[in-house]
Amino acid sequence: MAMFIRVDVDAGVVKKTAGLAKKLIEICPVKIFGPGADADSVEVVEDNVDECTLCDLCTKASPDGVKVVKLYEE
Amino acid sequence: MRFYESEAKQLLEKHGIGVPPRVVAKTPSEAEKAASELGGSVVLKAQVLFPGSDKAATTKTADNPAGAKAAAEELLGRKFGGHAARAVLVEKKLASAKVFCVRATYDGIAKKPALIASDLGGTDLDDLADEQPDHVKRRHLSALLPPSTYRSKELAKDLGLTGSALNRMTGVVHRLAGILLDYDLTVVEVNSLAMTEDGKLIALDCHMDMEIEGRARQGKILAELGVDESEARLPREPTEFDLAGAKIDHDDPRGVAGPIVEFGGNIGLVIGAGGGSLTTFDAVKKRGGDPANYAAIGGNPSVKKCQALTKLVLGKEGVEKIAVISNVVSNTRADLLARGVIKGVIELGLEPSEVITIFRAPGAWEADAFKILKKYGVEFCDRSVSISEAAKRAVEKIGR
Amino acid sequence: MSVLVHADFTFIVQGITGREALNFTRECLEYGSKIVGGVTPGKGGRDVYGVPVYDTVREITQSKKVDGSVITVPLAFAPDAAFEAIDAGIKNIVIITEGIPRRDAAQIVEYADLHEVRVIGPNCLGIIVPDVCRFGSLGGPAVDCRKAFKPGCVGVMSRSGGMTTEICNALTASGLGVSTAISVGGDPVIGSTYSDLMPLFEKDEDTKAVVIYSEPGGASEAQLALWAKENNSRLPIVAFVAGRFMDDMPGMSFGHAGTVVERKVDSPADKIKRMRAAGITVAEEIGDIPGLVKERIGA
Repeated sequence: MAMFIRVDVDAGVVKKTAGLAKKLIEICPVKIFGPGADADSVEVVEDNVDECTLCDLCTKASPDGVKVVKLYEE
Repeated sequence: MRFYESEAKQLLEKHGIGVPPRVVAKTPSEAEKAASELGGSVVLKAQVLFPGSDKAATTKTADNPAGAKAAAEELLGRKFGGHAARAVLVEKKLASAKVFCVRATYDGIAKKPALIASDLGGTDLDDLADEQPDHVKRRHLSALLPPSTYRSKELAKDLGLTGSALNRMTGVVHRLAGILLDYDLTVVEVNSLAMTEDGKLIALDCHMDMEIEGRARQGKILAELGVDESEARLPREPTEFDLAGAKIDHDDPRGVAGPIVEFGGNIGLVIGAGGGSLTTFDAVKKRGGDPANYAAIGGNPSVKKCQALTKLVLGKEGVEKIAVISNVVSNTRADLLARGVIKGVIELGLEPSEVITIFRAPGAWEADAFKILKKYGVEFCDRSVSISEAAKRAVEKIGR
Repeated sequence: MSVLVHADFTFIVQGITGREALNFTRECLEYGSKIVGGVTPGKGGRDVYGVPVYDTVREITQSKKVDGSVITVPLAFAPDAAFEAIDAGIKNIVIITEGIPRRDAAQIVEYADLHEVRVIGPNCLGIIVPDVCRFGSLGGPAVDCRKAFKPGCVGVMSRSGGMTTEICNALTASGLGVSTAISVGGDPVIGSTYSDLMPLFEKDEDTKAVVIYSEPGGASEAQLALWAKENNSRLPIVAFVAGRFMDDMPGMSFGHAGTVVERKVDSPADKIKRMRAAGITVAEEIGDIPGLVKERIGA
C-alpha cells in the first residue's frame, strides 16, 4: 500500500481525451499507469505509486485528469 | 575476480605459453601419485586465492613421492590467511638459467593497456620499480587496435634479449597482452618467467584477475575453467547477509545498493553513495563506533530498493538501531531514500522515530525529505551538520 | 572565466528519456543550462521539458552548435553512444554511466584522444561552474544545487560525485565558494585525471586553490604528487583521502569500482605520504578543508 503518494485519475477525462491513456502509460518513468479495461482507460498500479518521482509529466499531460497528492503534506 | 594458479596456467597453456608439467591433487595420495608420474623433484603449491601474509608458506618442494605426500598433507591441513586450500598444484621442478617477470594490466594514468617487464624476475615488480627502476621496462598498447606484436618486441629488446630469445619473449608477451584484453582481466602477471638452459620460456607462476564488470560477458571461458557463477572469489567469502544484499541490488536495476558487507558490530548503517560511504564508514570508526555492516546506496535507488535494504540491515541479529548518513546528495534523492527507509522500518513492525538514530541526507529534494521525516518523528539534520557530527551522534545513541 | 564550460555552453543528453536523465535534464534547465537536444533511439520526435528528442546525434549537430554531451545510457550501449558523439564532432563528453568494463573505457578514451575530445568520467556526475553552467547531474534540483554551489575561488576535483557536492557545500558555507567543480569519476580508467585537469585550473584566473577528494586504488594521487613537484604551480592543493579503513582490507572493493587496495600505491597511507611530500595539504576531516584552504591562500 502506498504511504507517501496518492495518484487520482479522473477516468472520464482520460476517456474523453484521445490518446491520453496511451500517453500516461508511456511517459511515467516509474510505471504508475497500467492499461485499463479498454484502450481509453488506465489503471493505477498501486505497488509503484510510492516510487513517484514527482516529475509532473502526467499532470502536465492532463492537468484536469490526473492529480498527484503528497500524503506527507496532509 | 581472482583465478587459482591452476586455472590461470590452464589459460596460459591454451594460448601457447609454456607451463611446467603439472597435476592438481585434492588429497595427499593424489599428490604422491602425481609426483611419481611427473618424476624427479616437484613443487607443491596450496591453491588459495588470498593467502595474505602466509603467501610464502603456500609453496613447498619435495624430492620424491613420499616427500610430496607429506608436503601435501601439511598444505591441505592448515589455513593460509584464514582460508583452507581447495587443492594442491603439483608441478615438475624445472632448472632455469634466468628468470624474468612480465605483467599485462591497465594503466589508469595513460588510460591504456600496459606491459611491464623486468629481467629480475621472482621479486615484487612494484618494489623493483621503486628501488631499481632501470630494471623495469614498460610499453603501452592501443585498446582500439588489435595488440601490436612490435610493442612486445620492443619490450623484449629493452630486457636485453637478442636472437631466438628475443623472438620467444616477444611471443610470450604478445600472448599475455591478448589474454588481458580478450578475457577482461585487470591483470595477468607471470612473476617468474623462467628461461631454461635450452632457451624455452616457462611460466613458473601466474597471477590473474578478471574484472567484475567484465564477468557477465566471459561466461564461455569461465565455464571452460569450471568457475561457477556463484563463486564470488573475494578475500572474504560473502555471508548470507552479503548475498541477500547482492540480490536486492540485482532484483531492481534502479540505482545501486552495494557493496553490502557484513561486519560484527552493532551499528546498522545505510550510507550514501560511493565516496560518501567511504567517508561515513571512516567517520563512524574514528568515533569508536562498531558497524554491523557496510551498505552503500547511490545512483538514485528506487524506494523499493531502499526499503529492502533497510529491512536487511535492521533485520540483522544484534542490530536494534540504524543510522542513515549520506553526503549532500545530487542525483540520489533524499525524499525517495526517506520514503524507502521508513517503509522498510514500518514493514518490520518497528517505529521509525525509535530505530532511526539519525537521518543525514541533505541535498536533492531535501525539502520533501524533511517533511516526510518530520511526519514520522525521525531525528534528521540538514547540511549544517557534517558527516562526522552525524556519525558521532549515531555512535553516542547506539553505544559502542 | 571557468574550466571547460561557460555561460554559452550548449549540450545534449544521450539517453534523455531514462528515469535519471529526465531528472537532471529538468534540473539543468532550471539551473539555466542550455540543453539543445536529447537522443533516445526510437523516441525521436518527442520532447522532454521542451527539449526535442532525436534518434541520432547527427540530427542535432547538423543544425545546431553542440559543445558537449552527457551520456547516461545503459552500460551495454555506453561505448557506442560515446563513439556516436565523437564522430558527430562533439568535443566535450561527460559519461555518467557506471559499470563500464575498463577495456571499453580505454577504447572510448583512446578514440576521444584521437579526435581531441575531452572525456569526463565514466561513473561521474559532470561539471559545474556555479551560477554559470551545469553540465551533468551535480547538485540535484536547482534550488538545492544553489545551496551547495556558490561562485568563489576554489577549484574542486573529486573521484566521487556525491563528495563533490559535499565538499563544495563546505566551501560555500565557509564563504570561499567554488570556481569550477569536476566530478572526475570513480572508475579505474577515466578520461581525465587530476593531473590532466590541473593545467586548466592553472589557467583559470578565478581559481586560487584546488581541493581534491580521493580514495583508495589507482595511481592518480601519486601522479598528482609528481605533477605538483614538477610544475611550479601557483595553486595550493588541499586533499581529502577517504576509505582509510580499507588499508586493513586488501583485495576488497568498497565505494567505487576503482577502489581496491592491491598494491602499495593503492593504499590511502601511501597516497597521503606521497602527496604530503609534494607539498599538498591533506585534511583529516571534510570540515577542516575550508580552513586549510584559507591558510594556504592567506585569506
